[in-house]
Amino acid sequence: MARYTGFHRPNRPLALYAGAFAVFLYLPILFIPLFSFNAGVYVKFPLEGFTLAWYADLFQREPLQRAFWNSVQVAAVVSISSTVLAVPAAMAIARYRMPGKRAAVSFIMLPLVLPGLILGVALLTLLNGLGVRLSLVTVALGHMVICLPYAISVLLPRFIGFSRSLEEASADLCESTWWTFLRVTLPCNMPGVLACLLMTFTISFDEFFMAFFLSGTEPTLPMDIWSQLRFPQDFPSLLALSTLILVTSFLMVFASLKLGRIGLVQAKEVR
Amino acid sequence: MTAMPLTQRPASALSRFLHRHEAWRGWLLLAPAFCLMLVAILFQLGSTLAMSTWSLDGYSVDRTPTLGNYSAMLGQPMFSALIGRSLVVATFATVVTVALCYPMAYFVAFHVHRHKALWLILLTLPFWTSYLLRVFAWKVVLGYEGVLNTALIGLGIVQEPLAALLYSQTAVTLVLAHSWAAFAILPTYVSLEKIDRSCIEAAADLGDGPMRRFWRITFPLSLPGVVAAFFMMFGPMDNWPAGATLSVVMIVTIGLAGLAFLAVGRLVGR
Repeated sequence: MARYTGFHRPNRPLALYAGAFAVFLYLPILFIPLFSFNAGVYVKFPLEGFTLAWYADLFQREPLQRAFWNSVQVAAVVSISSTVLAVPAAMAIARYRMPGKRAAVSFIMLPLVLPGLILGVALLTLLNGLGVRLSLVTVALGHMVICLPYAISVLLPRFIGFSRSLEEASADLCESTWWTFLRVTLPCNMPGVLACLLMTFTISFDEFFMAFFLSGTEPTLPMDIWSQLRFPQDFPSLLALSTLILVTSFLMVFASLKLGRIGLVQAKEVR
Repeated sequence: MTAMPLTQRPASALSRFLHRHEAWRGWLLLAPAFCLMLVAILFQLGSTLAMSTWSLDGYSVDRTPTLGNYSAMLGQPMFSALIGRSLVVATFATVVTVALCYPMAYFVAFHVHRHKALWLILLTLPFWTSYLLRVFAWKVVLGYEGVLNTALIGLGIVQEPLAALLYSQTAVTLVLAHSWAAFAILPTYVSLEKIDRSCIEAAADLGDGPMRRFWRITFPLSLPGVVAAFFMMFGPMDNWPAGATLSVVMIVTIGLAGLAFLAVGRLVGR
């Protein structure tokens, strides 16, 4: 493909702008790890010296560790269950022509544009009306609603790009539909499924609004952070905790986004 | 080598039916996710809508439907002022964010040739991490004794800490713009990336300069993405807690705003 190269000239001002934009995006977040190593209690310049005391302090906190394990449990359940629901849904959307598909898909994707706050309040009124007691189960339910659209949008490009000839070959060799799915479709799309698991785990682990409204006596980690924000003397150890969460989430999401792209370019060519 | 007998197991009536009807197969696969959303969204919005017409009678709930809550809300000037202010802040923040993110999306679409995926990941990465922590980070930066204030005092630019940095309209706009940048960048990027490069080449051949090429070709063709960005941004922007009536009013407001954007999108897409 011959290309006019005129607009491939480097554009200095635009590149500078892009750099500044990246700084704007990351700088505020970088202050959290910076001050988590600061010896002073107050978050201000100049820095007062290096310390790991705030990190050590985290291991002394019983409620915080409970909240952490609550969050891990909820996130694990949510990531697995929303992926289990999202895989067939994404397959259906990618493959089958069916009446009302567009409407159904935009309906399923609705939580992407509805604020978490409204979904939380509405789900709370529903559960109250049904007389369901608030617990980690209700939090997980709320998180599933939020995670499902993300899970589907992570999986969808994979299933669209996935060539069906492998499945047809498997069917020709007399494999049943279920075994074809388990032995051909699923392994071939494993990077996408893993990306989906990681992504939904992170979203659920970090989610605040739903947990705020739907949790009972057992808090999740973001709830615990929220309740600690009032106490200035706890601020540095919160910074330490936030640093750990940020680093973990960044790594997981980065891995997920990378995984999600494995094999995608090839898939495009096949199509 | 003996030929393996290729025998098909007898299919049940259901699987034969599903084999013949593609739409039913699709719906069956979609059903679990769809049912969850049906319960979680339609059912709960319905119950919220119903509850918003009930009224409190002493300590018990009177379930005869009235519009009392709505008229009470409309009667209070504070609510309309809050809705009005939310709309203003949301509109302002959306315009600012989309305007700031457009050049960024343009840069990635036209000027990044290697590591394009890495740039996209870099730009969307903060979005996936905790909302609470991102807002918390801004509190660290903008607070009364925060990074910015202490730095300004240390440099001798101001004498007193600026109280106006946090808890102001500007701070809200800044933090919202920061939080939802990914929502603005992605749709814009997608529609920029889709633009047929030969259109721009043709304009160049016909003697249009870079500015005219941008305004007459690239920008109009990228408008669908910009409208999508507006829509994605505006939805999550309204944020204040209250009861059932308030949620209904909020949802209606957001819905109307969304419809307006969709209508604009249709017009632009034509």
